[in-house]
Amino acid sequence: MHAFLQQIINGISLGSIYALVALGYTMVYGVMRLINFAHGDVYMLGAFFGYYSSRVLHGKLQSSLIETILVMIVSMLGCALIGMLIERLAYRPVRKASRLTSLIIAIGLSLLIENLAQLIFGADPKFFPQLIPEKQIALGGLSLTNQQIIVVVVALLLMAGLNAFVFYTKSGKAMRAVSFNLDAAKLMGINTNAVISLTFALGSALAAAGGILVSMNLPGIDPLMGVMTGLKAFVAAVLGGIGNIFGAVLGGLILGLAETFVAGYGSSTYRDAIAFLILIAILLFKPEGLLGKGQVEKV
Amino acid sequence: MKTRTAYKWMGGALIVLTLGFLACNKKPAGSEEILIGEYGAMTGSTATFGQSTHKGITMAIEELNATGGVLGKQIKILSEDDQGKPEEAQTVVTKLINKDRVSAILGEVASSNSLAAAPLCQQSRIPMVTPASTNPKVTQVGDYIFRICFIDPFQGKVMAKFAGNSLKVKKVAILRDIKSDYSMGLANFFKESFVANGGEIVADESYSAGDKDFNAQLTSIKSKNPEAVFVPGYYTEVGLIARQARKLGITGPLMGGDGWDSEKLWEIGGDALNGCFFSNHYSVDDPSPAIQNFVASFKKKYNGESPDAMSALGYDVAKVLVDAMRRANSDNPDSVRLALSKTSGYAGVTGAITLNESRDAVKPAVVLEVKDGKFAFKETVAP
Repeated sequence: MHAFLQQIINGISLGSIYALVALGYTMVYGVMRLINFAHGDVYMLGAFFGYYSSRVLHGKLQSSLIETILVMIVSMLGCALIGMLIERLAYRPVRKASRLTSLIIAIGLSLLIENLAQLIFGADPKFFPQLIPEKQIALGGLSLTNQQIIVVVVALLLMAGLNAFVFYTKSGKAMRAVSFNLDAAKLMGINTNAVISLTFALGSALAAAGGILVSMNLPGIDPLMGVMTGLKAFVAAVLGGIGNIFGAVLGGLILGLAETFVAGYGSSTYRDAIAFLILIAILLFKPEGLLGKGQVEKV
Repeated sequence: MKTRTAYKWMGGALIVLTLGFLACNKKPAGSEEILIGEYGAMTGSTATFGQSTHKGITMAIEELNATGGVLGKQIKILSEDDQGKPEEAQTVVTKLINKDRVSAILGEVASSNSLAAAPLCQQSRIPMVTPASTNPKVTQVGDYIFRICFIDPFQGKVMAKFAGNSLKVKKVAILRDIKSDYSMGLANFFKESFVANGGEIVADESYSAGDKDFNAQLTSIKSKNPEAVFVPGYYTEVGLIARQARKLGITGPLMGGDGWDSEKLWEIGGDALNGCFFSNHYSVDDPSPAIQNFVASFKKKYNGESPDAMSALGYDVAKVLVDAMRRANSDNPDSVRLALSKTSGYAGVTGAITLNESRDAVKPAVVLEVKDGKFAFKETVAP
């Protein structure tokens, strides 16, 4: 029983990371109908920005909490900027072209970022500093660390914040309008370019937060860390219904739990396989995802 | 319209810059030297292996060149980075053979990478000597492939004996890297010997190199209450595994093989590794004069850094190869291969090196204990 509860804790802390990264995929898809494959690499850049900014800030502030928050802000801003730049330089010039063009650009961009990062940061793994000293919390024999709790709480807060932004602010409304129909939104006087930039900025900032939260918990970062996480987060987004914010969260948690239970009770060999098995099953039986609405493709 | 053109130019400039990076190339070497190729992971998750080996090789070659080189020529090492990836290993070894036309090749440490490149050397009939790949399959590729280290069936037996006789544990769990030939082989050989000696394997879990989260496997291992856990992986994952195992309350010692030998192990794993054990090729604390002389000159050359086993093996592998060239009185690949296969009783830093008919070295192993960032000598196990 203990092992079972412990696995649930492991699964939720893994799943909330997938959820955070999946949000970026889902937002961009919802607004532009584009799978931004470079998103996993933005997550990696987030971890590296965090690594370098914490090295600069370390020891200069009395409170480790303030240091953590500052590192988070620097890295999220940095990645937001990168996200906007990616959209402006790579995607906007081909927005009118066929969807295949932007998809291929997305894949190329992802490879470009991964390899540039290996050139600039070096390909060897780096040890991410422990921003907040780790504390063990005993819960009747279960082991839980303060960092695991921080990961889940911060992830939930960011998701709630995103939800409030999309549904209760004017910019959020504009985002939903663009997602609904880009041309109609433009006719209504919405600055669609600004809205799309904002979407990329928000998604990338969330990915950066994900990168830092993961690295605090599992302290080893390298330029290819975004590849697998990015793919899994993409599966999570599709599982929940791509384009749907709650779907991304749900998909992330399901995937995290499924992987943990496969590794913990079945064979850990099939851990990665399960993510993609889920993807295939969903595409076969419920292509619109768990929370997605089936919609007629406009031709 | 103007801004759009500007952005297109910026995009174009980025592409040109990237291509520029890729186009950087080395110039070909002169012919008055004996060329030896070296491939290894200078970057990537096993980077300290390649870097340490390279330091050992460089030191050996400098010593040899200072005393006149071999066959009246100076020796030149051409070193290539394979980033610790099998596909990169193939690329760089192809380059060493076809473009640089080297006489022999030294490398790799990780068995998967050696296995990727060995068939290329075998086909081109260029001798390849690996300093530290311990998986038996490596030298089975063909008669041009040699190694100067012991093999995993022996290394697995050493740790199984150590666990049963010295640690006196009966129930052990295994956590292996499913992607690595080295880890899979070592885990199987350990399991075989340990069970044959009356021990019990209570759990056999796996992970893939590059994973960061091992909580699921470790939780499942913990529920079986093993007295020790055998983790025959490489140092990056082992460090993370140790941290997470301690967090989940696994208190018994972790054990592993020579893949642990790196200063990065302690940087990543920290306190969690205290009281853990691994088998290795040599110990820097060994009082024998040959080892202490090597340690002293290595420290002098590399600013007080003490040589790990990979550096010692790198040093030995270069000297064994050059010794074979001297005995063959030629750097012709076929003559060198023949001389290598007759290597017998070469007094290396890592012990006397004799190659048997399967081109493997038969040598003793040592067991080391991790203590506050140092690897302390525990015992020697003879073959």
